[in-house]
Amino acid sequence: MSKVHVSTSINGDAVEFLCEPHQSLLEVLREDLNMTGTKEGCATGDCGACSVLVNGRLVCSCLMLGVEAEGVELTTIEGIAGEGGLHVLQQKFLEHAALQCGICTPGFIVAAKALLDKNPDPDETTIRYWLAGNLCRCTGYDKIVRAVQDAAQELAYEA
Amino acid sequence: MAEAVDLKAIGTRPIRPDGIDKVTGRAAFGADLNLPGMLYGKVLRSPHAHARIKSVDLSCALEADGVLAAISGADLPNESPSDLAKNVLARDKVLYHGHAVAAVAAKTLAQADAAIDLIDVEYEVLPPVLSIDEAIADGATLVNESQHTNGDTSKPASNVAATTMFERGDVDAGFAEADVIVESEHRVPTAHQGYIEPHACTATANEDGKSTVWCCTQGHFEVRSLTAQVLGEPVGNIKVIPSEIGGGFGGKTIIYLEPLAVKMSQISGRPVKMMMSREEVFRATGPTSATWCKVKVGAKNDGTITAATAWLAYEAGAFPGAPVGPGCMSVLAPYDLANFRIEGNDILVNKPKVCAYRAPGAPQSMHAMECAIDELARKLEMDPIDLRMKNAAGEGTQAPYGPTFPPVGLKECLEAARKHPNWTSPVPEGAGRGLAVGFWFNIGMQSSAEVRIAEDGMVTVMEGNPDIGGSRAGMALMAAETLGVPYEQIKAHVGDTEATGFCNVTGGSRTTFATGMAVIQACEDIIAQCKQRAALTWDLDEDQVDWVDGEAVPKPGVNADVKPLSLGDIARGAGRTGGPLLGRASLNAQGAGASFSVNLMDAKVDKETGKVDVLSFTAIQDAGRAIHPSYVEGQMQGGAAQGIGWALNEEYIYDAEGVMENAGFLDYRVPVASDLPMIDTEIIEVPNPSHPYGVRGVGETPIVAPLAAASNAVRDQLGFRIDDLPLSPPRVLEAIDAQG
Amino acid sequence: MGAYAYLAPSNVSEALAALQREADAGNRTQMLAGGTDVLVQMRSVDRGERTFVDVKHVEEANHLDIGDDEIFIGAAIASAILFENEELKGILPGLLESSDLIGSTQIQGRATIGGNLCNSSPAGDTIPALIACGAICVIASPGGNREVAVEDFVTGVGTNVLSATEFLIGFRVPRPQGKSSSAYLRFIPRTEMDIAVAGAGVALTLDDSGTCTAAKVSIGAVAPTALVVPDAAAALVGSKVDDAALAAAADACSVAASPITDKRGTVEYRRKVVGVLCKRAAGIARDRAAAL
Repeated sequence: MSKVHVSTSINGDAVEFLCEPHQSLLEVLREDLNMTGTKEGCATGDCGACSVLVNGRLVCSCLMLGVEAEGVELTTIEGIAGEGGLHVLQQKFLEHAALQCGICTPGFIVAAKALLDKNPDPDETTIRYWLAGNLCRCTGYDKIVRAVQDAAQELAYEA
Repeated sequence: MAEAVDLKAIGTRPIRPDGIDKVTGRAAFGADLNLPGMLYGKVLRSPHAHARIKSVDLSCALEADGVLAAISGADLPNESPSDLAKNVLARDKVLYHGHAVAAVAAKTLAQADAAIDLIDVEYEVLPPVLSIDEAIADGATLVNESQHTNGDTSKPASNVAATTMFERGDVDAGFAEADVIVESEHRVPTAHQGYIEPHACTATANEDGKSTVWCCTQGHFEVRSLTAQVLGEPVGNIKVIPSEIGGGFGGKTIIYLEPLAVKMSQISGRPVKMMMSREEVFRATGPTSATWCKVKVGAKNDGTITAATAWLAYEAGAFPGAPVGPGCMSVLAPYDLANFRIEGNDILVNKPKVCAYRAPGAPQSMHAMECAIDELARKLEMDPIDLRMKNAAGEGTQAPYGPTFPPVGLKECLEAARKHPNWTSPVPEGAGRGLAVGFWFNIGMQSSAEVRIAEDGMVTVMEGNPDIGGSRAGMALMAAETLGVPYEQIKAHVGDTEATGFCNVTGGSRTTFATGMAVIQACEDIIAQCKQRAALTWDLDEDQVDWVDGEAVPKPGVNADVKPLSLGDIARGAGRTGGPLLGRASLNAQGAGASFSVNLMDAKVDKETGKVDVLSFTAIQDAGRAIHPSYVEGQMQGGAAQGIGWALNEEYIYDAEGVMENAGFLDYRVPVASDLPMIDTEIIEVPNPSHPYGVRGVGETPIVAPLAAASNAVRDQLGFRIDDLPLSPPRVLEAIDAQG
Repeated sequence: MGAYAYLAPSNVSEALAALQREADAGNRTQMLAGGTDVLVQMRSVDRGERTFVDVKHVEEANHLDIGDDEIFIGAAIASAILFENEELKGILPGLLESSDLIGSTQIQGRATIGGNLCNSSPAGDTIPALIACGAICVIASPGGNREVAVEDFVTGVGTNVLSATEFLIGFRVPRPQGKSSSAYLRFIPRTEMDIAVAGAGVALTLDDSGTCTAAKVSIGAVAPTALVVPDAAAALVGSKVDDAALAAAADACSVAASPITDKRGTVEYRRKVVGVLCKRAAGIARDRAAAL
C-alpha cells in the first residue's frame, strides 16, 4: 500500500497530508490530523455528524475519500467561529439550549451554516428538510429548528 | 423545602458551562483521544445467534502486519465469570449474532480490520431462540441450560429467568363488579437508544499494573468497578476518566470495550483505542426489550375502575435482566386501585443482552394499559381525561408497588391537558387525536460533591456524574441559588474517579435530584464555614452571623460595625481564618419523587399507504421544580421524539437465523427533523418535598406516553385499533385492508 | 484491505486509457462518482482492493447542455447542482425530483444520477424517472462511444451492461415538446433518508383538449430491475387522465410488479403502493403538463 500525497485547504490553512487511497476524509481528519470536532456517528452517510463543507457545499466527510480533498477548500466545525468570536448559529444554539449531549452539534452547525449561506430566510419546513440528514437523538429537533430560525433573523438584521 | 423562598437563579435559562466547547468542536468525546504510539482495537463478533465455541485460534492474527495483541475469552479470568464478563467476551457459547468472541489491537485501523478476519473460530451451531413465544413453548431450546426460573433448581431449566408478581385486593370480585371490561394484548418491538455517539474508549496500562481508561459512559465509577470485576483486578488499579458523552439514554450504563482495551494495552505496552461501528452498536450493545403484554381492565358505568390485570413478558436477550420489574411497577401506577394483579416474566432469547433505555420497561407495559384505558373510555362514552381523573393516583394513594405517594402531579397534568389548546381545539379534518399518561418512579442512590472556593471567590463545583444533557448548568444553578452568588461565579466540573467522590450512574433521572442535593449540601457546608470564618474575623459568635445574598452579615440585632464579607473576601483572608474553603457532602438520596406526564398527539394516516404523519404533539409533565427550564423542555421534547419513533417506525428486524437485518440508521428509522412538528411543552411544578428545591427527575418519563398517544390517535382516526407497534406503513395498511 | 489506488483522469480518453491499463495489469477498477454508494459498500459488503477511477474530473462527464431537441446531462454532476438549475427543473421535473430524493442534503452534494444508475439497485430512484423520460446512456468504450437505453442498462440486482473498460459519460434525454411533463414519486416510511419501498415515474403529453396522447410509466423497487409498464401507459393514453384512467394505470402497475418481502416492505404492500404512486405521479404530471 502506498500513501497518496494530498494538498488541500482546511479552514483557510494550506494543509498537506499523506493518506491511504481507501481512507475516508473523516478518518483522515480525526485520526491523522487530530481534528476531532468532526464526529463519526455511522460512517454510512445516515447521521450527518461528520458534515463538512467542500468548496462551500455540504457533504458527509465519511462518504468522501481523503484523496478527493486534493485542491479543494474544506471547512470544518473548527473553522466556523471567526476572529470576531462565535458564529451567530453557535451563539443561538447555546441560547436556545439546542444541544443536550452535543455530539451531533458540530454537524448541525455546519449544515445549518450551509443552509443560511444559500437561503438566508428559510421557513420551518425548509429547515427541517435541509437538516433531515443530521440525526439528533436528544432534542426532538424543536430547539434546533428554533435556533436556526433565530440565527437567520439575526443575520438578516445584521445584513 | 424552599417553596416559599424567592428563587433567583433556579428557573432561569443561562448558557451551559460546557456549551462553547460543544458548539465549536472542542469538546472531547469518547473517540476523540489520540495518544502517541496508540493502537486500534477491533472485536471479532459471532456470525451465529447461538452456537458452541469449539476453538478459537489467534495465531494467524498475531502474525499479521501491525498486530501487537490478540485475545479471546481464554485470556480473561475464567473462574465462574459473571454474565457481564461473558457478554464482554464469549466463553463456551455465543448467545447472539454479534456477541464478542475475540479482539485484536494493531497499529492502524485497517490492520486491525484485516486481522480479525484471520482469527479462526470453530463453532457448533445451535438452533436460536428468537421470540418470547418460542422461548416459553414446551420443549423450547434453552438459551442457558443451567437457568432455572427464579433460581429454583427443583424445577426444570427454563428460558423464563424470573417471574415477579404484584397483587392487591380481589381481582375476580372486582371484575364481577364491573359494568364494562376491556381486554387486549399488545406487542412492542425491540428498540435501541440510538445515541449518536458509538461506544469508544482508550486505555493505557502502566508497568506498575495501574490502568487509565478514557471512555464515554453514563457512570465512570461503574466502569471502574465492572472493568475491575471482568479483569479480576482490584478496583484501585483502574482510573476512569469520563469523556464528554454523545448520548446514552441508559445504553451507556454498562461496559463492552473497556476490559478488552485494558487487557490489550497490558499485553502490548501501548495505549489501545477501541471504537464501535454503528453496526456493532446495533448488533452487540443492549437495546431494550421486545415485549408481549396482556391487559384487562374493568369499570363501573360511572368510570370507577374496579379491577385490572397485566401479564407482561419481556425479552431479556442472552442473559437475565429484562426491565420487567419497572414495567410491572409502572403499568398501573397512574391509578388508585383496590384490586389488581400484575405478573412479570423475564425471558431469555438469543438476542443482545438488553440494557436500560429511558424509563426502562415502562413504555411497553404502559402502552398496553393506556390503550386499554382509551378503549374503556370509548366503551363508557366518557371523556378520556374524566375517566383518568376519576381514578387518578394522588397524594396518599398506595402505589401498586408498595409505597404511598407523597404529593405527585398527575391530576395537575390532566387538568393542564384539559385546558390545553391542543386538546380544546377541534381535531384537524380527517385526523385523529390521542391522549396517554406516562410515569416514572425516579431513583436516588449515592452521590458526592465538593465545592471549592478560589481566592477570588470563584466557585468550583466538582461532582461525578457525566453531563449528558446540561446537568453542569443545573448543578451551577443550584449552587448559585444556595450560595447566593451569580451563576457566572460558578464553574461546574465532572471529575474522574480519582478527582471526585463516588457517584452512581447518570441515569434513572437521579442526577439533578440526588447529585444536585449533594451539591446543595456541599454549598451549605461552605456557608457554615463562611459564617464561622466571619465570626472569627469579627470576633462574634458563629450564631451571631447570617448568610444573606452571598455575603456574611451580622444577624439583625447584633451590634457590630462591620462590612459584609463576600465569598471572595473570606477566601482572600482564608489563610488567617483556618485555610482554604472546601465544602463537601455525600449521601444516599431518598425520596426521589415520581414524575407523571400527559401527552397529546394529533396524527393523520394516509389510508392508501398506511403512513402516519404527526400533526402536533404536546408534552405536559410534572418536573417538581424546573432548575433550568430549557433543559427540562429539552428532556420532554427528546423523549417525545424517541417515543414517537418507537411508536411509528423503530424496530429490530431479524431473519430466521437471528441476524438483525437493519443494523444501521438507514433502516433502523429514528425520526429525522422533517418527520416531526414542533413539540409543545408545559412544565407542571408540584414540588417534591424530599428535595430542597422540590426537584423531581424529569428525564425518563417523557418517552413513556408517546407510544399509547400514537396508538390512540390512530385509533381515533381509523375507528378501530391496531394493537401492536410499530405503526409502520405496512402494518397500518394491512389493518386498513383487513377492515375492508 | 489491500492495495487500493486512486486515479483522477481529466477527460474521456485518459479515463479509458486508465481503465485499460489497470485491466491489463489485472487490477480491479471501480468508477467513482459521488461515492455515496461505493464507500458504504467498500466498508461492508465488498471490502476488496481496487483502483478507483474518479469520473468527477472527466470534462465530458460534467457537461450539461439544454438544447431545443435534446438535453445532455453529464454523469458526474452532483444532484444538488442539477437541482439548482431552474430551467432544467422546469423541463424535466420528474427526473430532477427523483434525483433530489436521493438521501440527505449532504448526499445531494455528492451523489449523481449516473452513479445512481450504475449502482443498479432495484430501488434506485432516478432509474424509473430516467426511463419515463426516455433517457439514453452514453457510454465511453474502447472502440468509441456506444448508446444504450436506460431501460436496457441494468441487467439485474447490482449489475449492468458496462464492461470493466467502459464507463458512463452521461445521458441524452429528448426534450419534452408541447404540453409534456413528468413526475416521480416514491414511498418511504419517513419523510427523508430512506431507500424507496416502491417508486413510480410517469411522463406524459396532453393535447390542447387535455387528452393524453403519449405516456411512459416505469416503476422501481418492485422487481430486480426497474420495469416499464406499457399497460399503465396505455390506460392513460386517450384519456383525460381522469380518476378512471388513473385507477386503471394503478392496477396495471400493481399487476406488473413482482416484488419481494424484505425489511422495507412486503410483497402485498409494495404491489398495492406502487399502484398508488403511479396514480399520484400521473396526476401530478398531468397537472404540470396542463399548466404549460
